[in-house]
Amino acid sequence: MFSSLMNWVDERFPATKMWKEHLSEYYAPKNFNFWYFFGSLALLILVLQIVTGIFLTMHYKPDTSLAFASVEYIMRDVEWGWLIRYLHSTGASAFFVVVYLHMFRGLIYGSYKQPRELVWIFGMLIYLALMAEAFMGYLLPWGQMSYWGAQVIISLFAQVPFIGSELALWIRGDFVIADATLNRFFAFHVIAVPLVLLGLVVAHIIALHEVGSNNPDGVDIKKHKDKNGIPLDGIPFHPYYSVKDIVGVTVFLFIFSLILFYAPEFGGWFIEYANFIPADPFKTPEHIAPVWYFTPFYAILRAVPSIAGSAFPGVAAMGLSIVFLFLLPWLDRSPVKSIRYRGPYFRFALVLFIISFIALGYLGTQGVTDLYTLLSQVFSVIYFAFFIFMPFYTKADKDKPVPERVTFK
Amino acid sequence: MKKLIFTLLMSLFVAGQAVAASGGIHLDKVEVDLSDQASLQRGAKTFVNYCLSCHEAAYMRYNRMAKDIGLTDKQVMDSLMFASDKVGDTMTVAMRAEDAKRWFGVTPPDLSVIARAKGTDWLYTYLRTFYLDSAKAMGTNNSVFKDVGMPHVLWQQQGYLTNDHSEHGLTKTSEGELSTHEYNVMIKDLVNFLAYIGEPSKIQRLALAKWVLLYLVLFFLVAYPMKKAFWRDIH
Repeated sequence: MFSSLMNWVDERFPATKMWKEHLSEYYAPKNFNFWYFFGSLALLILVLQIVTGIFLTMHYKPDTSLAFASVEYIMRDVEWGWLIRYLHSTGASAFFVVVYLHMFRGLIYGSYKQPRELVWIFGMLIYLALMAEAFMGYLLPWGQMSYWGAQVIISLFAQVPFIGSELALWIRGDFVIADATLNRFFAFHVIAVPLVLLGLVVAHIIALHEVGSNNPDGVDIKKHKDKNGIPLDGIPFHPYYSVKDIVGVTVFLFIFSLILFYAPEFGGWFIEYANFIPADPFKTPEHIAPVWYFTPFYAILRAVPSIAGSAFPGVAAMGLSIVFLFLLPWLDRSPVKSIRYRGPYFRFALVLFIISFIALGYLGTQGVTDLYTLLSQVFSVIYFAFFIFMPFYTKADKDKPVPERVTFK
Repeated sequence: MKKLIFTLLMSLFVAGQAVAASGGIHLDKVEVDLSDQASLQRGAKTFVNYCLSCHEAAYMRYNRMAKDIGLTDKQVMDSLMFASDKVGDTMTVAMRAEDAKRWFGVTPPDLSVIARAKGTDWLYTYLRTFYLDSAKAMGTNNSVFKDVGMPHVLWQQQGYLTNDHSEHGLTKTSEGELSTHEYNVMIKDLVNFLAYIGEPSKIQRLALAKWVLLYLVLFFLVAYPMKKAFWRDIH
């Protein structure tokens, strides 16, 4: 009965073929470790954000006079509204935690290297779209941080030479952040950017499945196949990694639930306290800090001094800090992918880079002092040096011999 | 090295609390307890009698409050509703925003989520540190909220304090109806109530939490052996 139904479908739509290509006969290296949970977790959170987002839009009002109250309405009067809202707000931060760990995995195992350059590029585009999505979503509750955070970010566009102020006006749709801004951010947040995100995620996965997954050893499992053409070190994604990822999902949801139920604001990191005060265009908060996932870039922005009264160099540096990530596949000249077989130069550079990124993230949350500005400058220099000198230190590095087959305990 | 990096990443989240609005002033600590219904009821009484004439809590409904703090709708209507006549109404006030602004210099803020914006320690300290200041229109000033437009509403209960600008700052110069301890309890109850109206669903949230976590633990006990079983033949 079922097989005849599937035959009927398969003659019209490649359901079984797709199932096999992407799951039951997609051969993934058998030596995936802890770092390989975060791809499927990112997908889970994407679905979570879309589903909770749909329910939030049923009650949210994108109107400056109603927005703040409608969020509180969701928190109080909508059945399970508080849970849906916290799933969404905690999900936003969790998305970035997971995506950062996912990117870090790519970094340590060289997953961006040939032939996976496009997997990395699509991933970076997802990351950019995600930042846009998070930024615009953060305006919607119309709290003080929503308003002033958006004010700061949009004013960055105003720093672009010649066209800046026109550009900022065009983005806001008004001379200040106002109803027009809120409405268009809403449209982008619930329709435009999610569509782009979904498309990019599909492209990311198709590109990955075309070339196959990398692994912690960074060796190509397709070099050793059995007589049926199946990689000797490969196992079908389903059921092996589906059952493994279920375990990962369970552990993730446990941690996620701990935060969601016991500390949804997460000490002001996930929902800033000042955002419980309705947006007031006449009252600038004492301290404006973006949400934690933007702070490394914000610190870079502030570290660069203005030139001739223009803050554009800082904005350019911030943009460049992300552009460099895109270039990673071509900056890295090492023949070795995985950190396991890399030489000391790369390891040292990576440790410095991670320390800088985290330090910048911390500095981005803090007020400006001379010491903090100096530290931001030092760490920004290290951040950029990681990329700029990468072609040299990866080429000169004393890499170790890479095994023929994956190591698996 | 993996461990080192992981630790560094995680340390990002425990690096300390994001900046709260204390402005560097020492705040007295208060423990709020949403399960203490007697405290919430006393806090509600103080709130409707002393706060709800100028401040609103426009997102909070009377009947929701009744249910959560262990009162009947009738009890609330009889003794806690002065500003409204329908138990399903939210806690609004009749004072017009323009008038308020003229009288106090600012419109008194809505208090629905004030505890979430300012923090309970801040509120607890703020409500206990009004002091006499003849330079101010209302005759009082405040230690944690300098030049606040709000007068010392609870002067009858607390009495008056003066600020000698020393280490601790405030000394009592006239007695109120309550002892310092009794006043502290009154404010604690009020802050507890403000914390409650800041997020009424917190009661459900905390009640649901352990069941969700328990479910996930049980699910793990199924999922992990399942993974083990599937992977037995992978070498």
